[in-house]
Amino acid sequence: MTWNFGRACGVIALLVVACSSCGGGGGEADKGSGQGKELTLLNVSYDPTRELYKEFNDAFVADYLQRTGRQVRIVMSHGGAGKQARAVIDGLEADVVTLALAFDIDAISERAGLLPADWQSRLPENSCPYTSTIVFLVRKGNPKGIADWGDLDKPGVEIITPNPKTSGGARWNYLAAWAFALERELGDLGRLDDPAESAAVAAAQDSARAFVTRLFRRVPVLDSGARGSTNTFVQRGIGDVLLAWENEAFLAVRELGEGSFDMVVPSLSIRAEPPVTVIDTWVDKHGTRELATAYLQYLYSPLGQRLAARHYYRPVHPEFADGADLERFPSLKMVGIDEVFGGWRKAQAVHFAEGGVFDSIYTGER
Amino acid sequence: MGGMIQALRRAPAAGSARGGQAVTEPRWMSSLLLAVSVLFLVFFLFLPLAGVFAEALRKGVGAYLDSFAEPAVRQAIGLTLTVAAVAVPLNLVFGLAAAWAIAKFEFRGKSVLTTLIDLPLAVSPVISGMVFVLLFGLHGWFGPQLAARGIEIIFAVPGIILATLFVTVPYVARELIPLMQEQGTQDEEAALTLGASGWQTFRRVTLPNVKWALLYGVILCNARAMGEFGAVSVVSGHIRGKTNTMPLQIEILYNEYNFTAAFAVASLLALLALVTLAVKALVERRAGGSQSADEQPVEDEV
Amino acid sequence: MGLLKRRHSVLPGFGLTFGTAVLYLGLLVMIPLSALFIQSSSLGWRGFWEAVSSPRVVAACRLSFTAALTAALLNALFGFVVAWTLVRYRFVGKRLLDAVIDLPFALPTAVSGIALTALYAPNGWVGRALETWGIKAAFTPLGVVIALTFIGLPFVVRTLQPALEDLDLDQEEAAASLGASRRQTFRRVILPAVTPALLTGFTLAFARALGEYGSVVFISGNMPMRTEIAPLLIMARLEQYDYAGATAIGVVLLVLSFLLLLAINLLQRWSGRRHMRGV
Repeated sequence: MTWNFGRACGVIALLVVACSSCGGGGGEADKGSGQGKELTLLNVSYDPTRELYKEFNDAFVADYLQRTGRQVRIVMSHGGAGKQARAVIDGLEADVVTLALAFDIDAISERAGLLPADWQSRLPENSCPYTSTIVFLVRKGNPKGIADWGDLDKPGVEIITPNPKTSGGARWNYLAAWAFALERELGDLGRLDDPAESAAVAAAQDSARAFVTRLFRRVPVLDSGARGSTNTFVQRGIGDVLLAWENEAFLAVRELGEGSFDMVVPSLSIRAEPPVTVIDTWVDKHGTRELATAYLQYLYSPLGQRLAARHYYRPVHPEFADGADLERFPSLKMVGIDEVFGGWRKAQAVHFAEGGVFDSIYTGER
Repeated sequence: MGGMIQALRRAPAAGSARGGQAVTEPRWMSSLLLAVSVLFLVFFLFLPLAGVFAEALRKGVGAYLDSFAEPAVRQAIGLTLTVAAVAVPLNLVFGLAAAWAIAKFEFRGKSVLTTLIDLPLAVSPVISGMVFVLLFGLHGWFGPQLAARGIEIIFAVPGIILATLFVTVPYVARELIPLMQEQGTQDEEAALTLGASGWQTFRRVTLPNVKWALLYGVILCNARAMGEFGAVSVVSGHIRGKTNTMPLQIEILYNEYNFTAAFAVASLLALLALVTLAVKALVERRAGGSQSADEQPVEDEV
Repeated sequence: MGLLKRRHSVLPGFGLTFGTAVLYLGLLVMIPLSALFIQSSSLGWRGFWEAVSSPRVVAACRLSFTAALTAALLNALFGFVVAWTLVRYRFVGKRLLDAVIDLPFALPTAVSGIALTALYAPNGWVGRALETWGIKAAFTPLGVVIALTFIGLPFVVRTLQPALEDLDLDQEEAAASLGASRRQTFRRVILPAVTPALLTGFTLAFARALGEYGSVVFISGNMPMRTEIAPLLIMARLEQYDYAGATAIGVVLLVLSFLLLLAINLLQRWSGRRHMRGV
């Protein structure tokens, strides 16, 4: 019995080793060394950009080969924006990052010192080659008659959004609702900076806080990420309206059921700016600075802009995009995070930090 | 479900004179137990599993098979197998050593040692990954030295293996310990008295005695090594074609709205059950010839 | 080996196996976990206390512990029945049933979470049925328990199976021939013999449930104060790059579960000794 058992173990061990040796081959990949014949660039990005960069990378590699005669390879890493930023902070040697929030890249600069603090001024348009915004997804025919943020406040409307604590996208949802309430109270967001109006502004902030609190108390399920929320809304059939990034809403409608959902664009929303930048420490180590810079600049080129629009991002140079693609983007008033909230850092500290405004929605503290 | 219960009876024991009413439950009782057990498994195992396969096959078998054609998926399968091939044998050796020390000897601090073995289970997966980032990350304890020597651990295969090892530490050891404790040391002592060496005793007496626990331990350890997501996700870096394991690839596919492919890859992990089935059958055949464990659940061979 | 209590043990290999086990645990478990403690200590006592004493953290820890405990108890009960039927009875489909027991480990937790949510959500196969009874499963604490039961199931079944297979039928027969009823035999003979394995399975299922994240976040709904589990708060802290705060919650969970596991392991040794003496 012993002998047999030993033999059985041997067979299993052999099987495992055989499987791994035939499958493990793919695990090795070239390191991006500067002297190598083929330069490799690692682009660390967030989730919904996959299709955009798949197409963009092919276009860039062909263009770069034609211009410089050098063959390059672009390697992608996709994941939740916060997780990706943490990976770069902890040593993932990204040559470029293309993330969802400036806040995440600020964190890389602050905590790891891998790039200068003024990184956002290095490329045009605040280093954002494309933008997006927050829109609503409602059930076919819009049974609850939702047209704007104010309608989310109607009794019986259930709202689906991820948790702003764990999802970067959900922070935009929250801030967009807040900005709408401020504008509704003040009429003109320009008054925010007017010292003479401080009393009116304070009242408006209170009312915005009450509005956002009411909205989040209407959220039956707070998923941890954007895809979880989409799943809850589309497949579980929960909620009347899903708050989502415009590009994600387009993707969701396309992938999960054309015709079973309608997209509703509110009167005002926030301008979501996913920034891109070169990570100085790593491009210098890998000898890829020139390549990385060319790569990011190509995003602003006519072709890069056209691809962004095709993949549901609003290009910063719409003149380069296909008219048909542009027609998909309804016009609405977009406000920036800097003008309304004084930048990400401040918004994060006031609203989303431990004990911030968002926490008080649930703990009931003021 | 009731239809599948064809011959509900207690396994006949060796020497047919034994057994009978005295050591079995009344028929209604055994039927009830079986029904409860099947119902429980249906609601907690089979239905979720059916959901996975239904989602994977929603767009037909063609789309299902196409999911595996993508190079990134193949690479993920390869990496997962590699990780399991390293993690399982190491934990097997550790498990045997720890179980021997804990079950066969009395020493101070035994409960603490046992608890330490359990501990990785209770650690939240994110934390399990993060501890290795704290050790080997850019700002970790050993990060700067490693970086100076150009050694990659985090965001490379070694980090993934370490995180997997950490989460699978308890499985083999904890399967073995209760059984070896229950069995005591008489068999081994007898063998030693009869002149066997320590190694011979271990191979000829202990191993056969614990073979089922060992097998379950290895199977569980392997399943967990292949299925771990949280810890691995923290140390992987998600580099396409390089550091994605199967669970990470599933997440990526899911996030890309490619539900069919995501669940197809997941169903592949579910098919591990078939491997379990095959390995068990193999060991049974090797172990007992005609007397398979099914018919001989209580036969003790010393 | 001053460590050994019983010096006269004739079995060899204590030094080798004990050394291997301690070295392995030290490298793979103790050093990494000590990094966790040191990271969280950067907060100082005050900061640490503030990080872990907010009402949300307390509520989340309470939910994590009660749900994990409930799930482990459910598993101990039903896992015993499953293991018993798998070991003692013969029926069609038994091998299949036996083979799928490990699946909760092999399936990535997120997949399990999505599959369970699809099943127990109000529009799912089971959820719809439960709804008519007025029971809400997904997006309530019950959903958390369901997910945790799923992921802990293999522990109880797989630790009990070898123990049940190892049971000596002679003892049961002896008990029966001495006039014990089946119930008495079960309580006096079978249960004591498999208690160590049952306790182990229970412990492992509980420990695993405590730290579980992936499968729970899909089915729980993550409502702060109500269905938010402690590991989710760790994620939330990490999203804000608050490593120290995240590790602080991790440390609290770790210490609490260490104490609980230690208590169960001590209990098990105690009951094991009592059982040995009885035999």
